Amino acid sequence: MDRRIRVLIAKPGLDGHDRGAKVVARALRDAGMEVIYTGLRQTPEMIVSAAIQEDVDAIGLSILSGAHMHYFREVKRLLGEQGASDILLFGGGIIPDEDVPKLKELGVAAVFGPGTSTQEIVDFLKRAVPERWQAQGLA
Amino acid sequence: MRKKHDWLRETYQKSLEKMPERPVAHRTLSDIAPEPLYTPEDIGVLDPEYEEKQGYPGEYPYTRGVYGSMYRSKLWTMRMFAGFGTAEQTNERFKKLLKAGQTGLSVAFDLPTLMGYDSDHPLSKGEVGKCGVAVSSLADMEVLFDGINLEEVTTSMTINSPANAIWAMYLAVAKKKGYDWKKLGGTIQNDILKEFIAQKEFIFPPEPSVKLVIDTFEWGPKNVPKWNFISVSGYHIREAGSTAVQELAWTLADGFEYVEAALKRGLDIDEFAPRISFFFDVHNDFFEEIAKFRAARRIWAKEMRHRYGAKNPQSWALRTHAQTAGVSLTAQQPLNNIARVAIQALAAVLGGTNSLHTDAYDEALALPTEESATIALRTQQIIAYESGVTHTIDPLAGSYYVEWLTDEMERQAMAIIQEIRRMGGVVRAIEEGYFLRELAEASYRYQQEVERKERIIVGVNAFTDEIPLKVPIQLVDPEVERVQAERLARVRRERDPKRVEEALAGLRRAAAEGQNTMPHFVECALAYCTLGEMMDVLREVYGTYQEPAYV
Repeated sequence: MDRRIRVLIAKPGLDGHDRGAKVVARALRDAGMEVIYTGLRQTPEMIVSAAIQEDVDAIGLSILSGAHMHYFREVKRLLGEQGASDILLFGGGIIPDEDVPKLKELGVAAVFGPGTSTQEIVDFLKRAVPERWQAQGLA
Repeated sequence: MRKKHDWLRETYQKSLEKMPERPVAHRTLSDIAPEPLYTPEDIGVLDPEYEEKQGYPGEYPYTRGVYGSMYRSKLWTMRMFAGFGTAEQTNERFKKLLKAGQTGLSVAFDLPTLMGYDSDHPLSKGEVGKCGVAVSSLADMEVLFDGINLEEVTTSMTINSPANAIWAMYLAVAKKKGYDWKKLGGTIQNDILKEFIAQKEFIFPPEPSVKLVIDTFEWGPKNVPKWNFISVSGYHIREAGSTAVQELAWTLADGFEYVEAALKRGLDIDEFAPRISFFFDVHNDFFEEIAKFRAARRIWAKEMRHRYGAKNPQSWALRTHAQTAGVSLTAQQPLNNIARVAIQALAAVLGGTNSLHTDAYDEALALPTEESATIALRTQQIIAYESGVTHTIDPLAGSYYVEWLTDEMERQAMAIIQEIRRMGGVVRAIEEGYFLRELAEASYRYQQEVERKERIIVGVNAFTDEIPLKVPIQLVDPEVERVQAERLARVRRERDPKRVEEALAGLRRAAAEGQNTMPHFVECALAYCTLGEMMDVLREVYGTYQEPAYV
């Protein structure tokens, strides 16, 4: 049987605009993945601890407040500290193009801006997660 | 049956006595001079339902506008939402907007302020000044309005959970500068119900949150009589993914919920209802948006008059601010957004809005730059001064489609309002997860329609470009957090600790004993208590709210 992709969708910080996060969560679920949605106002610590506990393959952060550099950096750092760097980190929201290379440098695998189709995110995960499994000899 | 000449002689004339016609040519480019109003009489038809359904501007049921002479006398208020970084930076932007011809201010606060945290709170890290200005104490508010005459300019503040505290800070600035509270005009959004439904910037559970709102209903008319102490907001409901009909229904249901809570406190409806204002979104579907405004006014008037028994016509009249739909803007081909905003703004004006914010074309990318904000304001000015839509009041009245669609939206919205009433009201519906479920459905359905290309979005799922067009964007100075932290440290050092302690104790007592909190918020503001301190007191008394994570 095929292994199912497990994804954590998280809303870090104080912002409550969760339409995008919820639409993506539902689309991933409809595409056959197991999706855990954290709900609002998660700290980086809460997100990383939930990701490890739930043994997810990927974490998607939704940020529209302009605080994306801070939250991606923190989540990446904590993943490293907890020995969970193998978890794929991606995200989306209102993120200026200028910041995308900086996020990639931090190790964010993909950044999806407004207007992205949910199919694009599904395709990305279906490609990137099994690649990781293979690299880790899990597939 | 009431005749047009009676309306002209009575309501229109009376309106002109207060506010004469604007000294511009109310004539078309071919020099045809339209009258202030057209009715079935003008084209020689008889509409037996005319008076009941449309009536006359400035008269019940207000379908055609809340004022007698509408834009013939006074244009809508051009009120651009602005705020970023420090109070100094936002103060500078305010002054530029006023110089560019804007007629009212509208403050955007950052997330820590919206959530009642000081700028130096650990949870504020990374968020200070990002999507609005940081205001943690009276010291910030003083800088924000430095050099601005508060009796001349009206100010709208988008603040909800901490609305009482922020309003108190504004009033404290006015008091310290010697302005008369009786002359102050403006609006605090102060609509907590829509936070639970859509925007999610709540702090306390629904019941104490509504209690705080009703404190302003009770205290406001007696102390700051020209202030709108609530702006019942559909904007965020729509931005969170609702349809126009849901936005219409839920917003009015929220309005009725506040009215019922105020009546339960024993307040006089005709004292508080005239200061209730509204706020709607304007999306791309041109006629649906126009019909939404017309239906909103009619439903509010009917319900306030007949269900709640209000007698003052001002209690029946729904005055509204509008904002073009941020959610409709695309990051792809951002300049296309200028056209979208123009269409939406025109719909708001044809719908008879009283105040308008137009979004800047770069808002799907970042906060507006000075240039993009100016283009957005100019868009309103072009509609106001060049398009000729202001020559006559409610020019689309009588259009078969507009009237039919107004009726249809009223019918569908009333069905939803009745459903919410059957559930026991808005607070009960929130507790049962009704709004979260409905929003999730509506926004997912829309996204699928876009992905299947049943709905076309230019530049996104059709007519796309290979090479993206770059536009300059506004970045927030990372220095903001440091500047804010320093000012907070100074405030804490220099204020009178005894006065702070007493003011906070007064607030705690009022909250715990169910008294009106507003006088205590004012005292706290004057004592330079920080926003975080005031909200912490209430967090202790009321507890905080956690939303169930529902997808």
